[in-house]
Amino acid sequence: MADVSDKMDASPPATDPVTDWATDYDIFDADYVANPFDVWDDLRDECPIAKTDRWGGSWMPTTYEDVVEMARMVPVLSSRDPIVVRPPDDGPSDHGDAPDASAYTTVNAPPISSDPPVHTWSRRLILPYFSPKATALHEPFTRQLCHDLIDAHIESGQIDGAADYAQQIPPRVIAHLLGVDPGKAGEFTEWVQGVLEVGLSNPAVRTKYRMKIREFFMAEIADRKKNPGDDLISDLLKAEVDGEPVSDLHVAGTCNLLLVAGIDTTWSSIGAALWHLAAHPDDTRQLVEDPSMLPNANEEFLRAYAPVTMARVVDEDAEIQGCPMSAGDKVLMNFPAANRDPAAFEDADKVIIDRQRNRHVAFGVGIHRCAGSNLARMEMEVALGVFLERIPEFSLADPGAVTWAGGQVRGPRHLPIRF
Amino acid sequence: MKIVIDTDKCEGHNRCYSIAPELIEVDDYGYASAAGDGSVPPELEEKARLAVDNCPEFAVTVVED
Ligand code: HEM
Ligand code: SF4
Repeated sequence: MADVSDKMDASPPATDPVTDWATDYDIFDADYVANPFDVWDDLRDECPIAKTDRWGGSWMPTTYEDVVEMARMVPVLSSRDPIVVRPPDDGPSDHGDAPDASAYTTVNAPPISSDPPVHTWSRRLILPYFSPKATALHEPFTRQLCHDLIDAHIESGQIDGAADYAQQIPPRVIAHLLGVDPGKAGEFTEWVQGVLEVGLSNPAVRTKYRMKIREFFMAEIADRKKNPGDDLISDLLKAEVDGEPVSDLHVAGTCNLLLVAGIDTTWSSIGAALWHLAAHPDDTRQLVEDPSMLPNANEEFLRAYAPVTMARVVDEDAEIQGCPMSAGDKVLMNFPAANRDPAAFEDADKVIIDRQRNRHVAFGVGIHRCAGSNLARMEMEVALGVFLERIPEFSLADPGAVTWAGGQVRGPRHLPIRF
Repeated sequence: MKIVIDTDKCEGHNRCYSIAPELIEVDDYGYASAAGDGSVPPELEEKARLAVDNCPEFAVTVVED
């Protein structure tokens, strides 16, 4: 565990300070990671689609209208490589040498890394496991897990809301859902941080952890072939598309995605909501007094602290929303900034837990809408609900000790709370 | 009032369903449709309007009688 989490606590990769956010932004800049909101507000007024050459180059829309329209520009803006910082062209890919590797472009994580037609069927394969009905089945497990985590800290009067709580929940829920050894949760966390935190700006680390994930799932797949069970992996192996079984590589890619997409993201959201509540006792009191407000408040936390910014690749030279984009350019689907656009939300900069009109896009919009959104909502609502029930009054032990990860997934990584 | 879901636009966010489960049905893939013929009883009209205003895909509309 140590090697990734130690690096994760190190400051983001050192780069030259940014002087012009419109033409030279840096998504890994330490101040931006801690507070991106002012930058987006300025850009919306001055230059709503910013550009940078840093980290391989990208474009960054900041208005709701642009983000939503661009998310729907399929396949002009392709999903084949949703991470901004590219691996070197000659570096190892995570496809191995499978014959159908080319169908999965540069990252093997269908459906998030696929365009139609692969996207359409690969998404349909997993949707039934994430419907409201299917995700409700995991609620009792999640609730018990949250109580156990609180039990371990309740006597001490302090808890790290990120490391001791938020971070512990999603890997165990995913292990439960995939039917793999729950004892692996700690390793899952390490792997996912390797891919989505340290690995975001360091492709060599990312590849190393992707390989670990692939090896793990290839072994699980071999095992399910011998001993099929009543679980998601066994079902995917039985699935057929156009009369052909789905390849092992595809199944491993999808499992990889469920792990990577379901862990860092959800724990970031739970952590950000706890961070907000620790600093806003009035909001906390209202939710403790009336827990039925929680689902609505949760949507507001998702809006205000949306964690996820996936990228697209420009397929061929084109003028997009007035910007001259070249084939291969990356475009950030800046859902978090869209959610803060005053043109789309009243008092966009305020967190209003009983906000009624909230068309937020924290889970994206269009064909790639987060397939796990119902599961993520359930996890968040249970995690926050149990926390508030057990610890109705709490505050930040040391606001200066709070640290954030950012870039493409933003959330607190240390959140010392006292109660 | 009737609630109408444009199934071409729906991407299965389920915001409508969590706000107004009385008015919405969700299939096994998470896509929504109006329950029954979509009729909205007067006491649920406010919920129906909220479902409209919270769908990120602009897939929910209401039609006043
Ligand atoms: C609060 C937590 C979460 C947030 C904010 C979030 C956000 C997102 C966003 C914005 C996308 C769209 C990416 C794009 O447009 O390229 C996405 C896709 C996806 N997410 Fe999540 N996610 C969360 C939790 C989860 C969970 C728990 C799972 C499942 C275990 C999951 C599985 C997926 C999958 C499979 C996709 C790909 C869908 C597709 O490409 O069709 N996510 N997520
Ligand atoms: S909120 Fe909109 S997109 Fe979501 S299920 Fe309802 S109609 Fe479909």
